Amino acid sequence: MINIKNYDSNLLKELLYKMILIRRFEEKAAQAYGLKKIGGFLHLYIGEEAVAVGSISNLDMTKDYVAAAYRDHGHALAAGLDPNSLMAELYGKITGCSKGKGGSMHFFDYEKHFFGGNGIVGAQIPVATGIGLKIKYNEEDGVVLCYFGDGAIHQGSFHESLNLAKIWNLPVVYICENNHYGMGTDFRRVSAIDDFSIMAESYAMKGKQVNGMDVLEVYDATKEAIEVAKSGTPYLLEAKTYRFKGHSMSDPGKYRTKEELELYKQKDPIVSFKELLIEHNVITEDDYIEMDKRCKKIAKDAAKFAEESPEPDLNELYTDLYV
Amino acid sequence: MSIITMREALRQAMDEEMARDKNVILMGEEVAQYNGAYKVSQGLYDKYGEKRVIDTPITENGFAGVGIGAAMAGLRPIVEFMTFNFALQAFDQIVNNAAKMRYMSGGQFKVPIVFRGPNGPAEFLSSQHSQATQTFFAHVPGLKVVAPGTPYDAKGLLKAAIRDDNPVIFLESELMYSWEGEVPEEEYIIDIGKADVKKEGSDITIISYSKPLRYVMESAEILEKEGINVEVVDLRSIRPLDEETILNSVKKTNRCVIVDESWPFVSVASHVGWLISYKAFDYLDAPVELVTSEDVPMPYNHKLELAAQPSVDKIIKAVKKVMYI
Ligand SMILES: Cc1ncc(C[n+]2csc(CCOP(=O)(O)OP(=O)(O)O)c2C)c(N)n1
Repeated sequence: MINIKNYDSNLLKELLYKMILIRRFEEKAAQAYGLKKIGGFLHLYIGEEAVAVGSISNLDMTKDYVAAAYRDHGHALAAGLDPNSLMAELYGKITGCSKGKGGSMHFFDYEKHFFGGNGIVGAQIPVATGIGLKIKYNEEDGVVLCYFGDGAIHQGSFHESLNLAKIWNLPVVYICENNHYGMGTDFRRVSAIDDFSIMAESYAMKGKQVNGMDVLEVYDATKEAIEVAKSGTPYLLEAKTYRFKGHSMSDPGKYRTKEELELYKQKDPIVSFKELLIEHNVITEDDYIEMDKRCKKIAKDAAKFAEESPEPDLNELYTDLYV
Repeated sequence: MSIITMREALRQAMDEEMARDKNVILMGEEVAQYNGAYKVSQGLYDKYGEKRVIDTPITENGFAGVGIGAAMAGLRPIVEFMTFNFALQAFDQIVNNAAKMRYMSGGQFKVPIVFRGPNGPAEFLSSQHSQATQTFFAHVPGLKVVAPGTPYDAKGLLKAAIRDDNPVIFLESELMYSWEGEVPEEEYIIDIGKADVKKEGSDITIISYSKPLRYVMESAEILEKEGINVEVVDLRSIRPLDEETILNSVKKTNRCVIVDESWPFVSVASHVGWLISYKAFDYLDAPVELVTSEDVPMPYNHKLELAAQPSVDKIIKAVKKVMYI
């Protein structure tokens, strides 16, 4: 059982704060999308915040790395990317983290060790494995957290990567964010098993299933996984979570029942963690309101920054193609 | 004739062929219970059931290969890629198995499979989700490659593709699904490998296919008002290529612009351009001009995204260049 007294109160506050920031940032993004300021696919992470925050909070982004898929806003914020540059990217502006050329699915920050953002299901998994190879090669003290969905876990790229990571002892933690659906497909319809963590056994590594709605459980499990990975055995975590919104803004999500959605909304990772912290006198309700205000302001300012930023010049069309 | 969307025309083609031949099956991501990510397979799952309309996991290389095996063994699978961007993961199966199986088995096997789905530039999706893949596939002997530009052509060509005993890459332009056009109620087939003169003219030939055809027709109308009489050739089928229609048109007009959404380097457009310079050189009054996508991955920013693609403006400029005006 998790005993909240074992955690530094600053850490606890930081976890809550980051989850709220992601939520408010994405609500603002959804609003801007509604106003057609943002185009294309917008895959919201709302409901899943505890996974990115709980895991990435273990990292030191000066030596550790993150690779994510197209549902990448939460991971980018948790990894410390500048909200202004992220919102500007959604707006397609030159001040965006990918200079307006990537959009929602392609957040990147080389300096901050954020290696995507990838729109091809499963394509980031071998890439993350390659980052692990570099860490091992240079004998660095670092780890890679690699995120992908329950849909991606069936791709060959996943299986090929785990095998390579194990035979080369790479410091990679593979994190399957099982939000129950790959687009409109319930994972149970396309998966031979319903506990993905046991796939680790096929590659002689350790696996664990965790409650992805509980930020502390994710935090602890990732901490342990990182230790194991750094000592030479990669690790597979499966975080059971849920997305409250559709697959993307255009998906009404008719393939799931209202009851199921309600059930998970009762387990909202932000609300339940906030209540836990208040109950244990780590924060007061006022502290929460204060944090929430701060996050709303950051999101609002980011939208303003994006709004006021210039579009890329037409001659940017041919920049950054070759070094 | 009724006016229907491209999406509906494609659905009708699959429906009619599935009704006609029980060996025809449809498989891919979200094609069944979700009725298709782009709703092309709407209603087919209800009508034909899970045995014939099959949801797969997200495993492009795997399910493409499964389709190929089933085709070799006697079924006639239609494999839908949610978009052709993801077909690149299945490139190995398509190129090394589907395309070569007949040849390297000394003609023992036929591979009656259709790989279909949305292709080409989309909107606001950046480079991994917005690209024209035809040139990749057109390069490969053993494949047929088809890219219709109207709902009428789409239906007739898809029916032909499903009946074809060779692997056919059937490219549907993502932004065209809701475009409407006349489609007759009675059954018809359009033979693969036959181009279509969409408009007769005498001053210049514009060759195109798929979505840019619309821009070409618009350009032709504008140019007409300026006194330039344009002939429009719609390739429809990229491989096999209807060389005769292309060459006859160029021999008549003596000038040619080729409009293609794929990248310019070693592309469908550059091949057709070479073909004309090789086989109709003496008839040309000006070098053949290409209007293609810019030679860059697709940017997300909308201004850059539009600038990267062929447009009416670019087509008119190219025509005037070739007309020396
Ligand atoms: C190779 C590939 N195939 C298909 C798609 C289309 N697609 C985008 S997201 C998605 C579902 C992925 O689900 P999952 O991996 O569970 O991630 P989640 O959206 O649940 O976070 C699909 C099929 C794609 N982007 N790439």
